[in-house]
Amino acid sequence: MSDNAKPTPTNPFEPRIVAFFCNWCTYTAADLAGTSRMTYAPNVRVLRLMCSGRLDPQFVLAAFREGADGVLIGGCHPGDCHYQEGNYKALRRYHLLQKMLRQMGIDEKRVRLEWISASEGERVQKVINELVDQVKALGPLGLTPIPVPHHGAAARPAGEAKEA
Amino acid sequence: MSTSETKSNGSARVGVYVCHCGKNIAGKVDVKAVAEFAKGLPNVVLSREYKFMCSDPGQELIQKDIKEHQLNRIVVASCSPLMHEVTFRRATAAGGLNPFYFQMANIREHVSWVTFDEGMATKKAKALMGGAVRRVVLHEALEKQRVAVHPDVMVVGGGISGIHAALTLADAGKKVYLVEREPTIGGHMAMFDKTFPTLDCAACILTPKMSLVRTHKNITLWTYSEVAKVDGFVGNFKVQVRRKPRFVSEELCVGCNLCVEACAFKEPKFPDEFNLGLSKRKPVYMSFPQATPSVVQIDPETCLHFRTGKCKQPCKSACERGAIDFEQKEKIVEVEVGSIILATGFKVFDAKRLVQYGYGKYPNVYTSLEVERVVNASGPTAGEVVLKDGKKPKSVGIIHCVGSRDERNNKYCSRVCCMYSLKLAHLVKERTGAEIYNFYIDMRTPGKGYEEFYDKLLEERVHFIRGRAAEVTDWTMTREEEGKLVIRAEDTLVGEVRRIPVDMVILSVGLEARADADEVRRMFNISCSHEGWFLERHPKLAPVSTFTDGIFLAGACQGPKDIPDCVAQAGAAASESMALADRGHVELEPNTAFITDELCCGCKTCIPMCPYSAISFNAEKKHAEVNAALCKGCGTCVAACPSGAAQQHLFTDQQIYDEIEGLMSYV
Repeated sequence: MSDNAKPTPTNPFEPRIVAFFCNWCTYTAADLAGTSRMTYAPNVRVLRLMCSGRLDPQFVLAAFREGADGVLIGGCHPGDCHYQEGNYKALRRYHLLQKMLRQMGIDEKRVRLEWISASEGERVQKVINELVDQVKALGPLGLTPIPVPHHGAAARPAGEAKEA
Repeated sequence: MSTSETKSNGSARVGVYVCHCGKNIAGKVDVKAVAEFAKGLPNVVLSREYKFMCSDPGQELIQKDIKEHQLNRIVVASCSPLMHEVTFRRATAAGGLNPFYFQMANIREHVSWVTFDEGMATKKAKALMGGAVRRVVLHEALEKQRVAVHPDVMVVGGGISGIHAALTLADAGKKVYLVEREPTIGGHMAMFDKTFPTLDCAACILTPKMSLVRTHKNITLWTYSEVAKVDGFVGNFKVQVRRKPRFVSEELCVGCNLCVEACAFKEPKFPDEFNLGLSKRKPVYMSFPQATPSVVQIDPETCLHFRTGKCKQPCKSACERGAIDFEQKEKIVEVEVGSIILATGFKVFDAKRLVQYGYGKYPNVYTSLEVERVVNASGPTAGEVVLKDGKKPKSVGIIHCVGSRDERNNKYCSRVCCMYSLKLAHLVKERTGAEIYNFYIDMRTPGKGYEEFYDKLLEERVHFIRGRAAEVTDWTMTREEEGKLVIRAEDTLVGEVRRIPVDMVILSVGLEARADADEVRRMFNISCSHEGWFLERHPKLAPVSTFTDGIFLAGACQGPKDIPDCVAQAGAAASESMALADRGHVELEPNTAFITDELCCGCKTCIPMCPYSAISFNAEKKHAEVNAALCKGCGTCVAACPSGAAQQHLFTDQQIYDEIEGLMSYV
């Protein structure tokens, strides 16, 4: 499990955040932040989706289950979706997810949805820094991971999964 | 996590390559440690680090290892997949594997270039590696779908960029639709008198190209028309064009202007748009003598017939060919094209926004574009540079960087203003003998023959004062300032504030994105920079492509540029369109959705999710079906499917869950 679950004065809490970025806007913006050498907090690990509309809210829950302290979802601005309206679907699911997180006792401030266009490298930097600060303030989520047979690849031989 | 179990099972043999990218990655990330770390990940049988993975030896390394070590999955940790995924998929395929048995970890743009601390950077790189290795094991062999490309091309915007792109394509035998919003093509260039630095007459070099457009058998020219709707995708766009009524038949009108003479208004009465309101026109008019097509139009806002219904329509009786048609209605035409070139141009900065320069307040303060018309032989004064009272100016001030290089307006340099200011200085001096004062921040004259032109102006005794002008005022302090406009500026070379009285002020306005750039880019599904310029796919290596395949950019819609650059870019965009059309097909990323029949319960949740109507319900089998030819691979149906029956190639639920686990489990 995480080596940073129990912060101590010498080992301050460094949250781990999973980001789901859409290929066309936010992922490209994160690349732009890179080419522009905009330094930001190293706590975010980006997973590329083609569209924020691909984001199944269960992915967010899976990230928390695997030990994430926060989740960032990035999509194109309203009206700009490469696939017309995937970002609106992401927004709908996000609102439902927020409600569910509250019911589960997870502070909804741990999950942030942001519209970041391909030219907004600075915004990637700003949003990530803000979210990391926010999650630092909230402290570790501290879920104890329970292996879930259905989603754990460990429970499934690779060959079988391939056919699915 | 039970990683050891994963490691032991399956037939996946993953080869991992960590790229140094010279110092780009290795300068921040401990690449050796990342490669060593990867060795401990499930299914990894080989892990190396190498200086440049994208180089030929780097790619050959992958191919060799695939054979020698029976690798069947490849992970390269290097730059962004948007940069080199294609390269490494090709290398994977060259090694004898399906190219989709490959995954990239972005440890340059997302790690080494954005992380301050080396330890944290290495840790993050390891995490991304974990995600990539876990997901690649679940990758499947996929085939790219081929889609035919429609050979026709649409060019939007008929300025010099659009004209050049259209002609290049048409000469290559491609059928082109050129759509222009205004009643004539020509754009801004048609308004200029001379072009820098050669001082060729703009009309002399432009109008032959304009008439070529009109007569070319491969070009369909639609002026006074706008794109209304764009559907489809690369190779197969369906575009609807709104053809606005000009109340004159383009087929019948020969541009004889008899109707203009006959108009009920004996004198021109309304501001002439082409001359920026510096002259007047009638309700029936032609924008300028060489307008293309050479067809008049009737402005319903000012035409007596449209306003009162009481006009005797002398224009109609004057036209022997019966070209005037007051009943003409807006028409929508739809065409299919394989690619689209956007050449929608720019607008000039609105000088009224800088009140200190008195534009709109003092009649003898002009914008540079207005002066282009004034010095033009077919302009409002027939090329005479005169003040509003008809006198020749004895002194003229040219204020540079109006709306450019300004934190409060546009930060960027508009690139053309220094040079056109020099050109206008030369022309005004030539025609009036006036003293010319340029107020500049820096003179920017990079370009062939540009610096030499600047030298020439210095020899012509044009004055250059280094300093941003503070204000233009009619408040006079001395007798010699009386009746003049005073430009107050700090001369930063002399180190004092100067007051220069002049008769005429020219504001060198910068270039801005069109007011409706945002609507246009949405229609074509492309991106804009902060300033509203259309965003190119890569600033250096894909300067005319966009993030939407099959949509290309030419000219100033992508950013301020001068005519040579516009033409060069238009040629580049045309050749991109040609490459697509001549190849005849495009290969699509096989990231389409699919339904597992046994899992589908027939709830139809996915069907309304799809923006492309790619999913239908098979009533006989009672499950949903995806038409892969229509699916664009967004995956929103997959996210909505309650039973996990809908999945997306390259982004299956399982692949994503494993990537999440991989990102989180090992560091």
